Amino acid sequence: MNHSLYLIILLPLLGFLLNGLLLGRLKKGFVSFIACASVGLSFVWGVKVFFELLAMPEGARAIQETLFTWIPAGQFQVDFSLLFDPLSSVMVLVVAGVSFIIHIYSIGYMHDDPGFGRYFTYLNLFVFAMLTLVLADNYLLMFVGWEGVGLCSYLLIGFWFEKKSASDAGKKAFIVNRIGDFGFLIGLFIIFWQVGSLNYADVFARAPEVFAVGGGVITAATLLLFLGATGKSAQIPLFVWLPDAMEGPTPVSALIHAATMVTAGVYMIARSNVLFMMAPTTLAVVAIVGLATALMAATIALAQNDIKRVLAYSTISQLGYMFAACGVAAFAAGIFHLMTHAFFKALLFLGSGSVIHAMAGQQDMRYMGGLKKQQPATFVTFFIATLAIAGIPGFSGFFSKDEILWKSFSSDFGSPILWAVGLFTAILTAFYMFRLVYLTFYGEGRMDNHTKAHLHESPKVMTVPLMVLAVLSVIGGYVGIPHVLGGSNRFEQFLHPVMTGLHGGADTSEHVLTSAGHSAGTELTLMIGSVVLILIAIYMAYYLYLKNIDLAGRIRNNLSGVHALLHGKYFVDEIYGALIIRPLINGSLFLWKIIDVFVIDGIANGLASIVGDISTGVRPVQTGTMRTYATMILAGAVVLIGYFIIR
Amino acid sequence: MIPIAHYLILGGLLFAIGAVGVIVSRNLIVMFMSIELMLNAANLAIIAFSRSLNLMDGHVFVFLIMAVAAAEAAVGLAIIIAIFRNRETINADKFNLLRR
Repeated sequence: MNHSLYLIILLPLLGFLLNGLLLGRLKKGFVSFIACASVGLSFVWGVKVFFELLAMPEGARAIQETLFTWIPAGQFQVDFSLLFDPLSSVMVLVVAGVSFIIHIYSIGYMHDDPGFGRYFTYLNLFVFAMLTLVLADNYLLMFVGWEGVGLCSYLLIGFWFEKKSASDAGKKAFIVNRIGDFGFLIGLFIIFWQVGSLNYADVFARAPEVFAVGGGVITAATLLLFLGATGKSAQIPLFVWLPDAMEGPTPVSALIHAATMVTAGVYMIARSNVLFMMAPTTLAVVAIVGLATALMAATIALAQNDIKRVLAYSTISQLGYMFAACGVAAFAAGIFHLMTHAFFKALLFLGSGSVIHAMAGQQDMRYMGGLKKQQPATFVTFFIATLAIAGIPGFSGFFSKDEILWKSFSSDFGSPILWAVGLFTAILTAFYMFRLVYLTFYGEGRMDNHTKAHLHESPKVMTVPLMVLAVLSVIGGYVGIPHVLGGSNRFEQFLHPVMTGLHGGADTSEHVLTSAGHSAGTELTLMIGSVVLILIAIYMAYYLYLKNIDLAGRIRNNLSGVHALLHGKYFVDEIYGALIIRPLINGSLFLWKIIDVFVIDGIANGLASIVGDISTGVRPVQTGTMRTYATMILAGAVVLIGYFIIR
Repeated sequence: MIPIAHYLILGGLLFAIGAVGVIVSRNLIVMFMSIELMLNAANLAIIAFSRSLNLMDGHVFVFLIMAVAAAEAAVGLAIIIAIFRNRETINADKFNLLRR
């Protein structure tokens, strides 16, 4: 049966080509129509194929489509072929769906921007690259998408390139990502060297024969893959680019730096679950790095005043959660959180974009407040997203976050310590998100009178996407209701066939869904406990930032050292600057000033001047007079002949 | 029979006169004629050897050289005319554009 999978990636590519080649020749309405329609149709096609996938028997849900052979080189063959299985179907729907909503929103947000056409061109290219990444059926094609989204990220962060901070941020993102990509590539080399193929199917099938469980090679390979993931998904130690990426337009932050691209690392690890399950050391590293990132970013978010920066650190923190889930071998829970996070974090960013729009570009929360009245639609949707990310029962974030916390407690790879750190982060998350809400939407307006007079609700083209995402943020979690709450966790079941690393083979008859050794009572207790603690955190935020804002100031002054540390983001940028960038610059200066200018240029210029001097010396020989030349020819002939005669 | 040495001495003299003419003269036409003289001096030497060794190869060679010389004269004179039209002189010492 022909599913025409290629349409999913072809449509955004066509949109990109049309808008890109006719850049500046099309009317705005037409540009946005092409961009939105191409992504929208791609989404519709994705839904169609998704239902065809659902119609298949559970164990055989995978559609593979080879478009052409890309690299045939002896034994090494890479096809340009696509794979649509439960895991990639989830990713395709999330990516294409959220992209479509954000495309619509962008029409309103970017309406007065002179780079309107360029913006949508990049955005379509991004969607194409991201869909290639998730639909690829081999690591090399995935890497193509991986680099493609990196490129689009760079282009869109530096979209307002006439601003130095924006172009710097773009370069920073690109360079930091290169470090991760380097690790990713080396990881791929190791896999190819050992397995002889980069096809998912071949690699996963042959991995158990080729690699020893816990062996050095597989540990190195997976650690390198994880290094790639830390770059793309902004984890310690390569997370520094994501906060700066907020220089880009807000819908871009929502799409690329919250909902889709930064989750590529999580997807890659979930996809490679077979390999990661064979390297327990790597899994532990993933879990620890993920939770450390989650905790660190959450604490930084406590002390930021820029609304988008808070959300950026929140994104890093939530990505940390997803990695923690992967690290305790709960890949499905990670993907589940990836999906719900895509909804509510995109909503949070778009809501903040709506706020910034109304505030005429102001992003500092200290100058906001009371926007509830002027922006009711934005407020309600933003509030729903906040409830979702805080983990209030009934909203999507609750189910996915609770799933991760429970797995980090109960899984064979989990431990109560991981769970405690995760819970503490969840409490911090609730606190800083409600701090943001209270500072932005409640209380008295602290903006100047001019801005105040111009406050307005955003146009429909922006608020309707917010509402759609708000609905998704609520219902998105109901696909994965845990057993303990009477659900059947359909999401995890759906992904089960892909997670061959967990159950060794395509055996789907027996689901190991309830964790052995832990009773439902424990799970319920932990769940209720965490909800209570989160509610307390919300009340604290309410008390400190609405009721008694002086107290917040006093606490900050009493803990000025801690505050400075958090406000300065643990000075990671400065540390990297001193440890890596400064020596690099000094080294480059040495190479430039001494090696290049002095040594290399010295050699080249010295040779040239020697040749020049010699030439000047012998130049008088060339008199320009014909008769002299004739004389010389004759003399030469005489000398030659004389030599041969005398010899 | 005249010994071959006489021919060779005559050829050598003609060649020397031609060479000196090329070097000394400033007039392009004279230089050109001197070159023809040198060519024919060589011809004379070749034909003399050919006779004394009883070989026909030399004759063939001389005819060839004469044909080439005729072609060369046509081209050379055309160049001289072209130069003269351009520069209104045929003084070889004035043609030193390449010097600088």
